[in-house]
Amino acid sequence: MTTTETRPPSAAQPEAKRNSPLSAVLRARELPVALALVILVTVTAIANPLFLSPQGVKDLLLNATIIVILAVGQAIVIITRNVDLSVGSILGLVAFMTGSLFANVEGIPIPVVFLAGLALGAVLGAINGLLVTLAKVPALVITLGTLYIYRGVNNAWAGGTQYFAGDRPDAFGALSVDTFLGFPVITLLALVVVVVVGVFLAGARSGRDLYAIGSDPEAARVFGLPVGRRVFLAFVTNGLLAGLAGVLYASRFNSVGATTGSGMELDVVAAAVVGGVAIFGGSGSVFGAAIGAILLTTITSALTALRVDKFWQQAIVGVLILAAIIIDRIASVRTARKLRISEARDV
Amino acid sequence: MELIRNRTGKTPGRRRIASFAALAATVALIATGCAGGGDDGGGGSGAEGEQTITFIPKQLNNPYTDVVLGGGEEGAEAAGFASSQVVGPLDASASSQVSFINAETQAGTNVIVIAANDPDAVCSALEEARTGGAKIVAFDSDTNPDCRDVFISQVVAKDVALIQVELIAEQIGGSGEIAILSATANATNQNEWIKYMEEELASNPEYADIELVAKVYGDDDDTKSFQEAQGLMQAYPNLKGIISPTTVGIAATARYLSTSEYKGKVALTGLGLPNEMRPFVKDGTVTEFALWDPAQLGYVAAFAGKALADGDITGEVGDTFEAGELGEREIGDGGIVIVGPPTVFNADNIDDYDF
Repeated sequence: MTTTETRPPSAAQPEAKRNSPLSAVLRARELPVALALVILVTVTAIANPLFLSPQGVKDLLLNATIIVILAVGQAIVIITRNVDLSVGSILGLVAFMTGSLFANVEGIPIPVVFLAGLALGAVLGAINGLLVTLAKVPALVITLGTLYIYRGVNNAWAGGTQYFAGDRPDAFGALSVDTFLGFPVITLLALVVVVVVGVFLAGARSGRDLYAIGSDPEAARVFGLPVGRRVFLAFVTNGLLAGLAGVLYASRFNSVGATTGSGMELDVVAAAVVGGVAIFGGSGSVFGAAIGAILLTTITSALTALRVDKFWQQAIVGVLILAAIIIDRIASVRTARKLRISEARDV
Repeated sequence: MELIRNRTGKTPGRRRIASFAALAATVALIATGCAGGGDDGGGGSGAEGEQTITFIPKQLNNPYTDVVLGGGEEGAEAAGFASSQVVGPLDASASSQVSFINAETQAGTNVIVIAANDPDAVCSALEEARTGGAKIVAFDSDTNPDCRDVFISQVVAKDVALIQVELIAEQIGGSGEIAILSATANATNQNEWIKYMEEELASNPEYADIELVAKVYGDDDDTKSFQEAQGLMQAYPNLKGIISPTTVGIAATARYLSTSEYKGKVALTGLGLPNEMRPFVKDGTVTEFALWDPAQLGYVAAFAGKALADGDITGEVGDTFEAGELGEREIGDGGIVIVGPPTVFNADNIDDYDF
């Protein structure tokens, strides 16, 4: 989990074998952000013991759940040197559809609603993927466009209508209240997502392809990797996960309507970047992105528990993003230098 | 809940189109408005010809606003406007309403009814509209008094504040820490109520044992209000009650409390919509909360706009006008028109209300 490689397999060096597991852990990109999380939680808990009360822990986990799922999806896309800014809008549309289904279709089974949400998310993600791979326009621009399109559809559909928790079955709302072995049910769901996607990216050939594509799309193409298909699937997966997040949003919060999820995309990209997913693609892991998401949501709660002014909260998130980018930059410069030296030696 | 959905179900066509086209196709808007005005069946075929009225709420997707606007459109029809429409931003930020006001000025709308997100940010745009001949009616949340003709207030601001303090005092047994969870930090109506609440807590000896420990802002956003409620619980472990004078805030807080261990331990009151609050009253999270009938607010605003546009009133103190089935209303000090007293909702009477 912590041995995520910092470069694509196509660039794998024999040098890697010389590294002990310990040094791999120490060099892991997730380490700084994981440490920051531990320190943050410890300090806050010392100052305000209620922070780690059972209810406090439950709130922390629940707050992180939805953004963790979104960050995992976003990480997949960013690793391929793309970005998806439309996730907030996808989440909003799916959340509204969820509310609408429960309110208008009498007795609709909860699993059906989940499937419908996943399907809608995947379709919206597929539209992003198609536009990005066919139009060959940077994903930043394409998904900025679909951000507004999806939100526009949501506004047109919802108008002023909102659906409230009271419209949805109790069992559905209970998903984000009930716990299993101390963990909220939807948090466990997010954990499964993180592990499955993480193992896939680290182990499966098609998963490793994503890193190769993100490191150097041209080289990946020349090497014979199906770049278009992989990038398309990355967007579909991200849409699917945003759909899942949308359904869970409707379970957790009271109302869903036209503005649900707006602005969330920035939090998600921030979470991935803070978690060590390089914005230029090719490195990072979904575990890092997940920890980044937990860190960002925990900061909000910690600062509130410590009664710190809201303004500082945003400033601190900004500092974290800059720190993550600088650490990433230093790491890549050092790796490049090391590669040069080892290659020179091998000659 | 049904009624809200029905009400909004009736109007989204107009509103939806309005929100999209406001920037570009004002002509199309007037056409939509005419279609809407067509179903008044001649009852209000006004002598003044084609008068138009536009409502600009704080934001479009707010359920409370929808009820207000439902009453507004009903009032506009009854008052005899040729067309009424609703335009507005999707977020309740300070400057977001300006472009909509400008579009109305260009369209030559006769009456603009606005709930200001910020009392001053909309002023220059409204001044321009008035220069163009439009009458400005503020409702729900006032603009700077210099930039409007009249302000339609739900109730006397002080009454709203006092009843909420009274309710929370009763629910926490007259002593302990309380907090306020408001909307945006610069919302005029919220701040006025909070000011009266603070004064009352400080001056009334009955409330000597109640301490207001925090004021937090959920920006009328479900997620934010939710987390602010969480934060209050952690930051103030001895907190006994929360006042949330906003429908979004009180519902989000109720949702959090009802799903946490604080349910029934921390009291919650404020201003809420009966349909939205019903499950939380029934499950014991909330005992009592208050509100006026929001539809009447929009209704009276429409009639005030009509009286201004017809030249029957000028917005002077002492002017009176007929507000349809609600009867005569008088303009009080500061150009303020009061709609009615607040109502308290609890498990016994909540089922009698449907908005």
